[in-house]
Amino acid sequence: MTEAPSQFRFVSANRRVREDRRFVAGRGHYVADIALEGMLHVAMVASQHPAARIVSIDASAALALPGVHYVLTGEELAGGVDQLMNGLDTPNVRRYPLAVGRTRYAGEWVAAVVADSRALAEDAAEKVRVVYEPLAYLTKAEEALDPASPPVHPEHGSNILLDRQFVWGEVDRHFAESPRHLSFRVTWGRNSTVPIETFGVVASWDPWRDMLDVWASIQMPKYSDQISRALRIPTNAVRVHQDVDVGGSYGVKRGIKHTVLVGYLSRRLNRPVRFLEDRLENMRSGDAHGPERIFDVDVAFDEAGIIKSMKMRALDNAGAYAGRAPFQLGKPIGAIVGPYKIQSVAYRAQSVTTNKAVQEAVRGFGQSPTNYAIETAMDKVARACGLDRVEARRRNFIRKEEFPYLIPSGTRYDSGDYHTVVEKVLAHVDYDGLLAERDRLRASGLLAGIGIAACLEPSGGNSSFEPLLNEKNTTTTWMDSARITIDGPGFVTVTIHTTSSGQGHETLAATVVAEVLEIDPDRIRVVRPDTLESLPSNSPVGSRMAIMLGGACFHAAQKLKAKLVAIAAFQFGIAPEAARYETGAVSDPASGRRLDWADIVNIAHRNFHLLPPDTEPGLAVTHVMQVPTATKLPEDGRVQMYPCHSFEFHVVLIALDPVLGKPEIRRYVIGHDCGTVINPHIVKGMTLGGIAHGIGAALLEEFVYDDEGQLLTQSFMDYLLPSSHEVPAVEIVHHVTPSPFTVFGQKGSGESGYLGAPAAISGALNDAVDALGIAFDKLPIRIFAISDAVAAARAKQSQEKTSA
Amino acid sequence: MKPAPFRYVRPTTLGEACAVLAAEEDARVIAGGQTLVPMLAMRLARPSTLVDIARMPGLSGIARDGDVLVIGATTRQVEAERSALVARDLPLLAAALPWVGHPPTRTRGTVGGSCANADPSAEIPLVAVTLDAEIVVEDESGPMPMLADDFFIGPMITAVPPSGILTAVRFPVWDEARIGAAFHEISARRSDFAFVSAAAQVARDAEGRCTRIALGIGGVGDRPVKLDVSGLIGTALDAATVAAAVHAAAAALEATSDLHASADYRRRVAVTLGARAIADAAANIQAKEGGR
Amino acid sequence: MKVELTINGTARTAEVEARKTLLDALREDFQLTGTHAGCEHGVCGACTVLIDGAPARSCLMFACQADGYDITTIEGMAPAPGELSVIQDAFCETHGMQCGFCTPGMVLAAHALLAREDSPDRAAIVEAISGNICRCTGYGQIVEAIALAAERLRTANTPRGVRPPQIGAPHVDPDAGEDAPGAGILEAADADMPHGGRP
Repeated sequence: MTEAPSQFRFVSANRRVREDRRFVAGRGHYVADIALEGMLHVAMVASQHPAARIVSIDASAALALPGVHYVLTGEELAGGVDQLMNGLDTPNVRRYPLAVGRTRYAGEWVAAVVADSRALAEDAAEKVRVVYEPLAYLTKAEEALDPASPPVHPEHGSNILLDRQFVWGEVDRHFAESPRHLSFRVTWGRNSTVPIETFGVVASWDPWRDMLDVWASIQMPKYSDQISRALRIPTNAVRVHQDVDVGGSYGVKRGIKHTVLVGYLSRRLNRPVRFLEDRLENMRSGDAHGPERIFDVDVAFDEAGIIKSMKMRALDNAGAYAGRAPFQLGKPIGAIVGPYKIQSVAYRAQSVTTNKAVQEAVRGFGQSPTNYAIETAMDKVARACGLDRVEARRRNFIRKEEFPYLIPSGTRYDSGDYHTVVEKVLAHVDYDGLLAERDRLRASGLLAGIGIAACLEPSGGNSSFEPLLNEKNTTTTWMDSARITIDGPGFVTVTIHTTSSGQGHETLAATVVAEVLEIDPDRIRVVRPDTLESLPSNSPVGSRMAIMLGGACFHAAQKLKAKLVAIAAFQFGIAPEAARYETGAVSDPASGRRLDWADIVNIAHRNFHLLPPDTEPGLAVTHVMQVPTATKLPEDGRVQMYPCHSFEFHVVLIALDPVLGKPEIRRYVIGHDCGTVINPHIVKGMTLGGIAHGIGAALLEEFVYDDEGQLLTQSFMDYLLPSSHEVPAVEIVHHVTPSPFTVFGQKGSGESGYLGAPAAISGALNDAVDALGIAFDKLPIRIFAISDAVAAARAKQSQEKTSA
Repeated sequence: MKPAPFRYVRPTTLGEACAVLAAEEDARVIAGGQTLVPMLAMRLARPSTLVDIARMPGLSGIARDGDVLVIGATTRQVEAERSALVARDLPLLAAALPWVGHPPTRTRGTVGGSCANADPSAEIPLVAVTLDAEIVVEDESGPMPMLADDFFIGPMITAVPPSGILTAVRFPVWDEARIGAAFHEISARRSDFAFVSAAAQVARDAEGRCTRIALGIGGVGDRPVKLDVSGLIGTALDAATVAAAVHAAAAALEATSDLHASADYRRRVAVTLGARAIADAAANIQAKEGGR
Repeated sequence: MKVELTINGTARTAEVEARKTLLDALREDFQLTGTHAGCEHGVCGACTVLIDGAPARSCLMFACQADGYDITTIEGMAPAPGELSVIQDAFCETHGMQCGFCTPGMVLAAHALLAREDSPDRAAIVEAISGNICRCTGYGQIVEAIALAAERLRTANTPRGVRPPQIGAPHVDPDAGEDAPGAGILEAADADMPHGGRP
C-alpha cells in the first residue's frame, strides 16, 4: 500500500488481523459450539411439491418415537406468531416460518420436529405423514408476468411483486439524437453466497425473567426487532448474543424465519432449542438464494462509442415469498450508470413470485448482475464501433475532475480516478503484451480471450432503496455506533454492536481508536456485547463497516481524546485548544508541563475535585453515526444511495481447448481503489475472495430447478463452489483516491471482486469465441455449453464454406 | 443430515462377514466409506448393518503374482498412489490415481471400494476395464474371479452376489519392454466426478510401431467401457490414424446427458480425450529392463 | 458402542451410537469443537482431521470405524495454550482466513503437506488444499501462508547468516564470510517465529 498517506500510524499499516489467532487454534465461537443444558434439536419436514394444498398432517407416528418431544405445524405456528415482514407494501404475500395451508416451493418446511438429538429428529421427520393435493406451479419469471399464470399467492392477485418504471433524464430525446443503437438480453443465473457454515440458531426462553436468549449465525440489521415483533414480545425481552462468530455470510445470514420458529418452540416447550440447518435444508429451503435476473438492455451511442442513454429492464425471479428480494433491484439504482457518463436512463424493475426458494441479500445486493449487464453493453458498443474495449471504457468514464459527480438517478459519486487506475493496470499487465499472448494462444489452436470489466462498489450502505420502492417506508436513518471506555487502571475497551463474519471488525475498531488516541492497538480490547447492552448498529451490510464502524470509532475516540485534553488543560490552567495531545499524554507547550495517560485517567476516575466543572467522572464515550450523505427521502424517483464508491478494473486472460471447453484463467489482474485502506490484509482478502465468488457465479454455481419444480443442485456435489484449483493467482494493482465523506478517506471493499469478475470472465469467453460468430448471454457459462456452441458454430462455418 | 440407524460389525474373517451378508438382505460392506457414507448421510442408502472390512486381515496389500499385480480390496488409494510396484508395473493406474477424489478422500478410500461402488465416472474401475483386470469376489463358496468388463453392470450396479465381498483386483502387467500410459479426464472442478475420462496404455517396438494397445473411456455412459482400437497395432500411432481409429471405435458409445454435460459433449470429448490419451501414452514410453 | 481412540496424544473412550460420525463424536462426546461441520457429505473439508497423520474427512467416517486410531484435531496443533505452531502463525501472518470456519481444516491439510514435503511449490500447495473449500479468501492468502510456513520450517534451524540450504548447493552461504558457520549457530533465522522444528 505504498501510496497510502503516510500521516497514519496504524491505519494502512500491514498489521495482523487480531481475530485470526482464535480461528487458527480452532477456538472460534460459532453457534454450533453452543450447547445448553437440556437443549432440544430440530429437523424439518420438507414439501416434495413445488405447489400443493396441505390436506392433513399426521404426526402421531413421529411423536410415538422415544426422544421426540414435539411436532410443530404451520397452522399452529400461524396462530402464535405474526407473519414475517415484507420489504414492499405487499400485505397479502404472507410468510410464516412454516408453510400454512399450502406449500409454495419444493423443500419448503411444512412441519418442525423437536427431539433429544438431531438424528432422532430426522428419524421422526420421516414419519410425519403429510397429505398433499398438488397444485399448478411455475418456475420461470417471464411466465409469472402472464396474468393467467398460476398464482403463488392467490390473495395477492398476481405474481407481480414490483413493477416500477423510472425515467431519469431525456431518454427519448437522447435515443432519437443518437446515430447508433443496440439492444441485447443477458441472464444472470440464480446463485448465492453459500457460506461453508449453514445458518444456525439457539433460543432459550426463561419464563421467570421473561427473556429470550438467542445465539445465531447472523448478519442482519434490526434482527431482534423483527424477531420480537413476530413473536409478539417486547424487543427488550430478546437478548441476542453478538459474540458468536459467523462462519461466512456475505449477505445471506438473516435467519428470521428460523429464529422465529425456534423462539416459538423454546417458549412453547420451556426448553432451549437449537436448529442448525443441514446442507440440504440450507440449499433447498434456507431461503438464501440470490438474484435470478433477465436484463433487456438498449443503448444509444455515437460513432465514437460514447453512450448517451440506456434503457434497462430487469426482471427478477424472487421465488415464493417477497422478503427483501425486490430491493435488490433497487440498490443498483445508486450506480445504474456504473463508472460511465451515461446522461439518461430508463429503468424498469420487475420482481415476480414463482415456485422457487426465497431470495436473501447477496453480496452487492443486486449490483453484480447489474454490472454484468452494463459491462456487456460496453463490450458490445466497443465491438459495434470497432474500438478496443479498454478505449471504449476510457471514453465513457467520468473524469477525475468531474467529482463529486451526480448521476441521472440522483446519487452523487464521491470521488474517483478511473483513468489512472486503468493506466496503472494496463502498465502492470503490459496490455499490448497480453494481446500478443492471446494471439499466440489462438495460433496454437486454443480459443483465447481477454475480459475487461470496470465496476463501482457503492459502499457505506444505507437503505435509501426502501423508501424509493416503498412509499410507506420513510426510513432515512441507518446508524452505527461505538462505545469506548478507559477503566481506572487505564486500559481501553471498545464495544462494537454487531456480529462479525470474517470482516475483521475487531481489528478495524482497534486500529481506528489506536490511530486517534495514538496508542498501541494491541492494548485495546474490543468486545461485542449482547443486543440489550448495545448501541444501534445496522450490521455489516452494503460494504459499510470501514466507513460506518470505522467512522463511529473515530468520532468516539475523538470525543475521548477531547475529554483527556480538557482534563489535563484544566490542570495546566490553559484552554484545551492550547494543550497538545501526543501518544496518550497531554502537555502545555508554553510551560512544558505534561500529564501522562495514567495521570489523566486517575484524575478522571478518582479525583473529582480536580475535574473541570460540569465534567462527568470516568472515561466513557459513545458515538452514534449516521451514514454520510443520507439526509433526505427520495424525490421524483431519485435518491442519494450510498455515500462512497470504490472502483475496480478487472483484466483477465482465459484460454480454453475448443473441444473440452474448460476455461483456464491464465492471468487475472485487478486494479483496486477503495480509498484509504485501513488494514491491507483485510482488503486484499475481500478482493481475492470476491473474485473467487465471481468466478463461481460466472462458470460454476447455479441453483437449477427442473421442469417438475425440483431443485437439482441441492448438495455440494452439484452446486459447485470454486476450489483452490479453479481460482488463479490474482495480481492486485492498488490505487488510493480518498473519499471526501469519510474520516480517513476510506471506502468499502467487501464486494468488488464479485461485482466485476462475472462480467470480466463472460467478456473473456465472448472475446474467445467472437471469431466464431457466437456469444454467451447467460451465466453461469458451463463447460459443455461452450464446447457445444463452438462445435455447432464450426459445423455451420464449414457447411457455409462447402456450400460457398 | 444424519444416517438412519444401523448395526455395525467388524468381523475378523471373511467367513463371518459373508455370513452376516447372507443373513441380512440389507447389510452392506464398508471399507473406506468415501462413497457410501454420503449416501448414508442423505439416507439414500439405509443398510440394516454395516460390515466393516477395512481392517480384516489379508485384504490389504500390493503384490506381484506372476504376470499380475494383485491389489487387495482394502488397500487405500493413497497407498497405491505412492506404491513403487504400481509405478513400475501399472503405469496407467499410477497415472489415474491422482485424479481419484481429493487427497483427503484418497487417504481413506480403497481400491476395492471404488470398484464395488461402480460409479460410472470412477477412475479405478476405468483402469480395471481398460487393462482387462480380474475382480475377485468371495463368498461362502470361495473366490470367484471375473473380468472387469463383466463385473461392472451399470451405475452403482455390479455383479457382486448378495453375500459376496470384493477381495482383490488383479491387474495384468504388460511385459513388453517399452510401454507408456496416460490418463485424462475433464470435470467442472479438478476433483469432481469426470464428465469424460480416458485411459490408454500402449506398447511399442524398437522402431516405434505399436505392438499392443488398450483404450478405455469412463463417465460417458452408465459404466466404463473399453474401446476396440486394435487396428492401431502395427502402426506408428501417427495422429491422423489414431484420431480416425478412436473416432470409429467411439461411434457406438452410449452417452448420458445431465445438468453438467450434454450427451453430445460427452461423445465429442470422448474422442478427443481418447486420442489424446493414446498420443500421450505413446510419447510417455518408458523402456524397462527385462521386458520383451 | 464403545470406542477407544487416541486424540491429540491422549487415550479417550466414548459410548456412541453406530451411526454417529467421527465428526459428531469429536464435537459432542469429546468437546473438540474446532472440527466443523460444513456439508456433512464429504465435499467441503471443514471437518478435516488427521487419522494416523493423514488428512481425512471426519464426516465420512463413523466413530466406531475410528476405534483404535490416532486422531489429531486442530486442538492438537498449538504447542501450548496461547501459543501457535509455525503453520498457525503463518496463517496469522498472511491473514490466510476470514470467517475462520474452514481454517482448522486448512491448517491440518497444510500440516499434513509440510510433514511430507518441505518445499512444496504452488501447484503442490493448491493440490493439498483442493479438498478444503474456503468461501471467503479465494485461497490466495492461504497459499501464501503455507508457502511462508514451509520457508520458516526449512530455515528454522539454519545458523544465522546462512542461507537456507539449496539442493545440490554447498550448505554454507558464501556471502556469510567469516561469520559462518561459527557465529550464532542454532538461533532461529530472522523469520519472526516462536517455535522451530517440524510442525
